[in-house]
Amino acid sequence: MNLVKFQGALLAGTLLAGAAHAADVTLTIESWRNDDLTVWQQTLIPAFEAKNPGIKVVFAPTAPAEYNAILNSKLDAGSAGDLITCRPFDASLTLFEKGKLADLTALEAMKNFSAVAKSGWSTDDGAKTFCIPMASVIHGFIYNKDAFKEVGIEVPTTEDEFFAALDKIKADGKYIPMSMGTADQWEAATMAYQNIGPNYWKGEDGRAELIAGAAKLTDEPWVAPFRSIAKWGQYLGDGYEAQSYPDSQNLFTLGRAAIYPAGSWEIAGFKQQAGFELGAFYPPVPAAGDQCYISDHTDIALGMNAGTKHPEETKKFLDWVGSPEFAELYSNALPGFFSLSNAKIELSEPLAQEFVSWRETCKPTIRSTYQILSRGTPNLENETWNASANVIRGAETPEAAAERLQKGLASWYEPQK
Amino acid sequence: MTDIPIAGKRPFRWHIGVFLAPAVIIYTAIMILPLFATLNMALFNISADGVSQFVGLANFQTLFGDPRWSDAFWNALGNNAWFFLIHMVVQNPIGVLLAALLSSPKLRMAAFYRTAIFIPTILSFVIVGFVWKLILSPIWGIAPGLLDAVGLRWLYAPWLGQEAYALTTLALVSVWQFVGIPMMLIYAALLTIPDEILEAAEIDGVTGAQQFWKIKLPLILPSIGIISILTFVGNFNAFDLIYVAQGALAGPNFATDILGTFLYRTFFGFQLQLGDPHMGATIAAAMFGIILVGVCFYLFTIQTRLRRYQF
Repeated sequence: MNLVKFQGALLAGTLLAGAAHAADVTLTIESWRNDDLTVWQQTLIPAFEAKNPGIKVVFAPTAPAEYNAILNSKLDAGSAGDLITCRPFDASLTLFEKGKLADLTALEAMKNFSAVAKSGWSTDDGAKTFCIPMASVIHGFIYNKDAFKEVGIEVPTTEDEFFAALDKIKADGKYIPMSMGTADQWEAATMAYQNIGPNYWKGEDGRAELIAGAAKLTDEPWVAPFRSIAKWGQYLGDGYEAQSYPDSQNLFTLGRAAIYPAGSWEIAGFKQQAGFELGAFYPPVPAAGDQCYISDHTDIALGMNAGTKHPEETKKFLDWVGSPEFAELYSNALPGFFSLSNAKIELSEPLAQEFVSWRETCKPTIRSTYQILSRGTPNLENETWNASANVIRGAETPEAAAERLQKGLASWYEPQK
Repeated sequence: MTDIPIAGKRPFRWHIGVFLAPAVIIYTAIMILPLFATLNMALFNISADGVSQFVGLANFQTLFGDPRWSDAFWNALGNNAWFFLIHMVVQNPIGVLLAALLSSPKLRMAAFYRTAIFIPTILSFVIVGFVWKLILSPIWGIAPGLLDAVGLRWLYAPWLGQEAYALTTLALVSVWQFVGIPMMLIYAALLTIPDEILEAAEIDGVTGAQQFWKIKLPLILPSIGIISILTFVGNFNAFDLIYVAQGALAGPNFATDILGTFLYRTFFGFQLQLGDPHMGATIAAAMFGIILVGVCFYLFTIQTRLRRYQF
């Protein structure tokens, strides 16, 4: 008798719990950012849930290297979460074309984002957008303020001042002028060529011309940045040819180098490691008075699984992700990853604030090789790694490198033929 | 009486099949089938409208005919040949030398040396690649300091970052790692040489180095042949060390690109470059062909001419 009662109580309890559960909708976020787990669990999700009772959100990241493969198989099997963190450009575009990601063009929050911000997750013609942009990374130079004071140099704003400063640091001899290596190759392309390049090819204008076929990689605006980085070799540390990315980071944070060609994702790590004051300056312009351009590269976005069972709640969450409130929370929780929203945000981290303030004076663009131009073989992005490293090492002249890239691009890209 | 077989009509010997089955099934499933699937894949490609279709040998035509592909392929093959050459002229002679020293009865602590030299072989590529990168690093490495200590600092260069030296450096790292294998095989071969033969040689006045060249070396030649072919197959399938030390782009400027890294980049893609399984399979098929030709050459021209001695 007692047993029956107990079972009955258990059953009733289960039913009640089930009923209470049914009222709540649980949304799951697929992501590769397992580094951000605590930020989502402790800051972002509670902020959303407080305002939207009845919706529970679970952040379920996988390892970055496996994310694309796992996501694809989950989407095919129909077991993927409601919200999908979107890689920029072709990886997500393919998912959208296959009908795995929902069209979000009509989403209310989309109006908070510029066309450049949306470019990473829009169709080639820009007509449809399928992920709500979350964050970008900005390129520039981080410098050791103490070293600048010691050597007695000011922050350079033009290319000439930049090289004059490097010369002075080199002559002083206490610091390695600039910390970068060519061993991993991508630093040469990303932190050198794509960092200073937009100033020469005029950001978005140049990038659009290249995609349209109106400009060639052998044109002056595209060769000039190669010519500039060809001079970098002499300012890098001894044996920079075999210096890897972590080597460069450590050289700088140990205070042995004065300038570090950077991406804003370094901010959090550098703040922790460096025992000196950090400053930042945007890529120096070719001549005084020139308009400055920065690489404000779209990196991460959030989309909706087309097969979700809760489209309404998911859209509600996405609208919130596009809101100024999210922008401020996210950018402050992850210094160095900047919200792409048009809303003006205040960052408490001064170095991050410095980076994001450049958006007001300089025109943002994205890395030139990422959209459309790296779809074929040879792959323009990978070739640019190799070419940039060669140019810095002096193994290839800027002109020859540009010529080779152009030939490779023209071999498969119609508008460049 | 029924279980006595009638002469000339032996029952089918099932146990042979049963004993062979595990090896045959596993080997077929994980080696032979994938091999043929890869060769088959090399004959297909994705057409413009995204359908997989039979293209015959068109992929091979692209690989060898299109300068973009063929340049990369010949570069990788040339580098691979150099990688193999270094192993043949450095690793194997050193292996033989070490084995000869180890088998000398006068050597003390032979077991210690044997173990110490063999240990790198069982280390993972990741560890070996990383440790050597650190040793040779211009910033934190001990190589510049060590050379400085003996007054040879000028000899130091960031070898792994220089086109002229990177591949040779990595080949020597690989030699360091694997020299234990030829050493062990030759050592085992030397131990099988009967003492009577060596004693007879000594009575005839053949001793020391002369004994090695005239008596021992001819007797271990078959082992050296086997080691050579193992080195050949291993080197032309190599990938790990280059990938760990230099990344999939095998820098600087593809100076360390070997067939394995070229295949990896093509098959699985890299960064923004999407994987191309069909061209990847084509490269894999070419690698298979190269190894097949090499092994056949060895089997039919060298192995058959090696003289064997029975004791």
